[in-house]
Amino acid sequence: MTTLHIDGREYEAHEKDNLLHACLSLGLDVPYFCWHPALGSVGACRQCAVKQFRDEKDSQGRLVMACMTPAADGARVSIQDPEAKAFRASVIEWLMTNHPHDCPVCEEGGECHLQDMTVLTGHAYRRYRFGKRTHRNQYLGPFVKHEMNRCIACYRCVRFYRDYAGGRDLDVFGAHNHVYFGRESDGVLESDFSGNLVEVCPTGVFTDRTLSARYTRKWDLQSAPSVCVHCGLGCNTLANARYGEVRRILNRYHGELNGYFLCDRGRYGYDFVNGPARIRTPLEAPRVNKGPTAAQPLARQAALARAVAILREGDAIGVGSPRASLESNFALRELVGRERFHLGISDRDDRLLAAILESLRNGPAPAATLREAEESDAVLILGEDVPATAPRLALALRQMVRRAGFARAEHLKVPLWQDAAVRDVGRGIKSPLLIATPAATRLDELATLTVRAAPDDIARLGFAVAHALCGAAAAAADLDEAARERASRIAEQLSGAHRAVIVAGTSLGSEALIRTAASIARALRGRGCDARLLFIVPECNSIGTALLGGEPLAAALDALREGRARTLVVLENDLYRRAERGAVNAALEAARHVIAIDHTLNETVHHAELVFPAATFAESSGTLVSSEGRAQRFFQVLSPRGEVSAGWRWLNELARAAAIEPVRTGTASATLKRWRSLDEAIAALGRACPQLAAIGDAAPSAAFRVSGERVASAPARESGRTSEHADRSVFEPPPPPQPDAPYTGSMEGYYGVMPGALYPFYWAPSWNSVQSLNKFQQEVGGPLRGGNPGVRLIEPPDGTRSASEARDGCGEDSHDRDIPHPFEPREGLWLVVPQYHVFGSEELSALAPAIAERIAGPTLALHPEDAAVLGVRSQEPLELVLDGATHRALAQLHPELPRGVAALSAGLPGLPAFELPAWLPLRRVASAEPPR
Amino acid sequence: MATPHPTDRPLTHNIRPGEPPLDLAGYERAGGYQGLRKALKTLAPTDVMQAVTDAKLRGRGGAGFPTGNKWSFVPRGKDAPHPRYLIVNADEMEPGTFKDRLLLEGDPHQMIEGAIVSAYAIEAEIAYIFVRGEYTLAIERLERAAAEAAERGYLGRNILGTAFSLELHVHSSAGRYICGEETALLTSLEGQRAIPRAKPPYPQAAGVWGRPSVVNNVETLCNVPHIVCHGAEWFRGLSRGLDAGTKIYGASGRVKRPGAWELPMGTPLGELLEEHAGGMCEGFRLRALLPGGASTGFLTPEHLDVAMDFSSVEKVGSRLGTGALIVLDDRTCPIGMLRNLEHFFAQESCGWCTPCRDGLPWVERLLAAIEAGEGELRDLEILEMHTQFLGMGKTFCAHAPGAMAPLETGLKYFREDFERHIAQKGCPWRH
Repeated sequence: MTTLHIDGREYEAHEKDNLLHACLSLGLDVPYFCWHPALGSVGACRQCAVKQFRDEKDSQGRLVMACMTPAADGARVSIQDPEAKAFRASVIEWLMTNHPHDCPVCEEGGECHLQDMTVLTGHAYRRYRFGKRTHRNQYLGPFVKHEMNRCIACYRCVRFYRDYAGGRDLDVFGAHNHVYFGRESDGVLESDFSGNLVEVCPTGVFTDRTLSARYTRKWDLQSAPSVCVHCGLGCNTLANARYGEVRRILNRYHGELNGYFLCDRGRYGYDFVNGPARIRTPLEAPRVNKGPTAAQPLARQAALARAVAILREGDAIGVGSPRASLESNFALRELVGRERFHLGISDRDDRLLAAILESLRNGPAPAATLREAEESDAVLILGEDVPATAPRLALALRQMVRRAGFARAEHLKVPLWQDAAVRDVGRGIKSPLLIATPAATRLDELATLTVRAAPDDIARLGFAVAHALCGAAAAAADLDEAARERASRIAEQLSGAHRAVIVAGTSLGSEALIRTAASIARALRGRGCDARLLFIVPECNSIGTALLGGEPLAAALDALREGRARTLVVLENDLYRRAERGAVNAALEAARHVIAIDHTLNETVHHAELVFPAATFAESSGTLVSSEGRAQRFFQVLSPRGEVSAGWRWLNELARAAAIEPVRTGTASATLKRWRSLDEAIAALGRACPQLAAIGDAAPSAAFRVSGERVASAPARESGRTSEHADRSVFEPPPPPQPDAPYTGSMEGYYGVMPGALYPFYWAPSWNSVQSLNKFQQEVGGPLRGGNPGVRLIEPPDGTRSASEARDGCGEDSHDRDIPHPFEPREGLWLVVPQYHVFGSEELSALAPAIAERIAGPTLALHPEDAAVLGVRSQEPLELVLDGATHRALAQLHPELPRGVAALSAGLPGLPAFELPAWLPLRRVASAEPPR
Repeated sequence: MATPHPTDRPLTHNIRPGEPPLDLAGYERAGGYQGLRKALKTLAPTDVMQAVTDAKLRGRGGAGFPTGNKWSFVPRGKDAPHPRYLIVNADEMEPGTFKDRLLLEGDPHQMIEGAIVSAYAIEAEIAYIFVRGEYTLAIERLERAAAEAAERGYLGRNILGTAFSLELHVHSSAGRYICGEETALLTSLEGQRAIPRAKPPYPQAAGVWGRPSVVNNVETLCNVPHIVCHGAEWFRGLSRGLDAGTKIYGASGRVKRPGAWELPMGTPLGELLEEHAGGMCEGFRLRALLPGGASTGFLTPEHLDVAMDFSSVEKVGSRLGTGALIVLDDRTCPIGMLRNLEHFFAQESCGWCTPCRDGLPWVERLLAAIEAGEGELRDLEILEMHTQFLGMGKTFCAHAPGAMAPLETGLKYFREDFERHIAQKGCPWRH
């Protein structure tokens, strides 16, 4: 720690920080533009000028840029110095010479960092009397709008897009006061992180196109903390809503997780909430000849009565869902009874998740947070196409690779916040990023080593790496020379690491990959490396439901088909994405009754005779458990329209409506019917499942109050509370009740420092934009004041194993001996592995129109020689039979793919992927012209 | 050990205006590559650096930083990073300045030799000569000279049978004024936008491609072989002023004989103007002049006694800069001259930092408005504000401070002219 003298007062600061960072951490207002807590300092905008004095005798001082000045011990600084203030006002005056002053029609207005800084510096009267330069705006795709005239040339956009996120199609052109930030020509921004431009841009150059379509000022938006439902990482989001619609998603800072940034799937996937396929009322479709008929709306009580009647027939089983909250899954389990509750995932996913839980619970290594992955010094990826299956992790790994360069910067005494210099001196120096996947991934460009192999061969390679690191670990037999050499190179790169992270996951369906990741972590820990595991799971609550426990889906389908169960209650789950069509059809036909609880129409819902409209993340509160094993609460932001209710609430009402003896199995529903709020559901869940008891700590309960007040749901609104429903009436209704959350549902209420999980938006006096986040962090870039949200549910027994213990045990795991056989191509068949897409492979985001625009048709990647065998050329259609139906995909030639392996677009709408990897015949489409 | 030089004009001795430069054989006959032979055969790299330090050679690009001192920051020793780079800044774009062009076109082998000896001094393996793109003749001659030198074994592997190897590239700049700024030059050389870099790290520690690099001006490095050959004492003795060596001065504007001359450092301004530039043209009187290119402050007839060296010019409120006089006569509007200069600076701003990017165009427009008779008295305050807030340390690099040097002194010396323009609502020189 160092002592700073700022305007005559003493403060403590970190010597590794710059003055701007230190001042903001101390709560002092120093205006800035080009500096960003995650992007560091470049000294371009000159807005953060302060005066620095040599010593106490120096009365002259000189202006320095706070962001480019170390917070050196004893530094004497004045923010309030008249010259410094005048200079800062001048910077705004210069920026305003070309800014169009179009705040009233600008979508950034009211949450604009430029507005805030203008007011903060005191510049008010315009002296510039000449013309302004104008630019042409570009079409940048469905996510981001472009309005270049507003640009103040802070360079943040290109620094984020290019330097931080690795994008190439956004750049700065021109020079002097005609610099232009955009693409070379109009077109869709290629980066998967383009939406962050909206928050990175300090003014209205880059704005959210999806918000624009139904624009609302920040002060008219209800806001609540939420958790992204579009992959398993559990990134924190802020959901903003008005007039019954979610209108945008913003990043919600989490110091250990997503930090300042989201991926575009997480930011723009939300629109399924507002989609035409939403179910708003209960539906009834009487079964005729065991098939569905046209669904008719049904009143709430009638629907409940109908369901009660069905349940009274007995023999009901439940199928839960990894995309539904823990509370809803648990409520279903309570309704049908523990033995009759199923997880709603395939046997294979069940096994994979069990293996992941086993590794995380019993060691060898704890789960890595995203921040730990970013700050690790070596990463090995086994089988996961990270940019597609966990995009935000890919962004973290982009930063990880730079760490080796940081050492050189430190050697040259370049402070790490000096972004441009650190990048300059670190060029060409990479921390090990080792990627083993069947097909190329978009992280490969950063990798220090890539391996292309079939899933089993990747696992074999992994075991060989573990063996090379620790002789006691089992080694794959008959490894060929090339593989052995690669394994030793990987081991060599990992062996220098102090904080390695091994990434694996479920996407290739290989349990061996999960076990090999664990054995490598074990071997590394045995060498004294603080290795961690990062498992990528398919859905937002995959780990939560796995912790809850239950039989996999196949058991439910079997029970129905074999008549051991008569009624199926399926919760937020499209079974056709999980299991073979034939098996699902047979089970649904065999079932006497099918009750579905879901928010959006899907094929399973079409087969239900009774449908209850479930709430999405936006209309309900609940708990999800991320891939890291972190339980996190999302809070309702929308008052549900129609009869929409949280899944668990329908089940609770059902139990209450039955008001009878438990529906068949034991006493469970006796408590279910007594739930009145989410907190009671959580308490019941904690009592029933000790492994989940801690979820109560994920966020404060609905009873949370500050000075007797609930927390405000919106910033102080300029246009008054009546505007909330101004589309229907200017009568001011009371805010809707919030039984499940400690929010007011209006602009009234407490707003200030609060538990980290509760921040519903960021706003502070003088700071109306998202940059006001500074005011709610313990220090800039550190944990939130009130703590980082969520609670880790899984830690290895004693946190970490001691090195000696691990060394003894590095070869002990008996599973390690189940090493797969080498991959061998088969005549006339291809091992078709899933190829995930950031846009399209995830079920819910694919329903959002903006995302849908980005979904390309299915492709099938294969080796050029395999393509020649099939007589197919690039971009020609191929056919394959998947789940009983013939599908077409365009051939793509990938010379890096192993012979005999093909990669098919997975999970695109209408193209289920649960079977993959699978050995399948491929066929050139007959109508395609033969190759010349 | 040191032999006296046959001339007191070491830099331009071989240059014959209107004639092609000496080829390798001619250059060698004139004593060329002796500095290289002496350095590589008899001196350690640090000895060469010491000689340059002792000679008190100061950088001729304009800032006058001691060259030996600059070199001393290059890390040495076994663990020092390699490769390292010597970069010749031949991106001469300072308005009014054409001294480097004279050296490059007139005696390219001297440049090559200077680069090799200097690269040896800092133990660089790779040298770049970063030449202004418009200097096509210089580029052509440098390339030819470099090829001849390589053929002769002065470049490439194991030069003169020593362990020293050097690869030399002549790089044609894509052409912006800011590329002459040493860090922007490095960025540009890497193929990126020419934007200056923050210091530290200094180029000596992390320059081009993050490796140790030294950037020196053409004229600076051309002195090095002569210093090696004839000694520091000889070099210091060439000067008449406070700094060592000779200087190539120039003059443009309404003087009788515009041109460039190699003269002892510290030649008085008046002598330069009267004896070498031939005095003012008939019918014109000296109003003021910029002593060292567009980014230096005005001097007036009362300053004609000042010795044209770094230290002396600074004492009278300007800078030696490149030593290229731009002469303002009494029949040219000083506001128009300033407007012209600021147009250049505004256009050449790289666009990185706010005060320079957005301040200079405002300055230019104010000057244009005043010149056009649309000025207001308040405009002078705004111009003053710019001279203060576009000063050194407030902007990212020295571009805007350089642009403010003529403006600041102009506001001082031409106050009446400004006020007349505003009061008369027009330019007095136009009617």
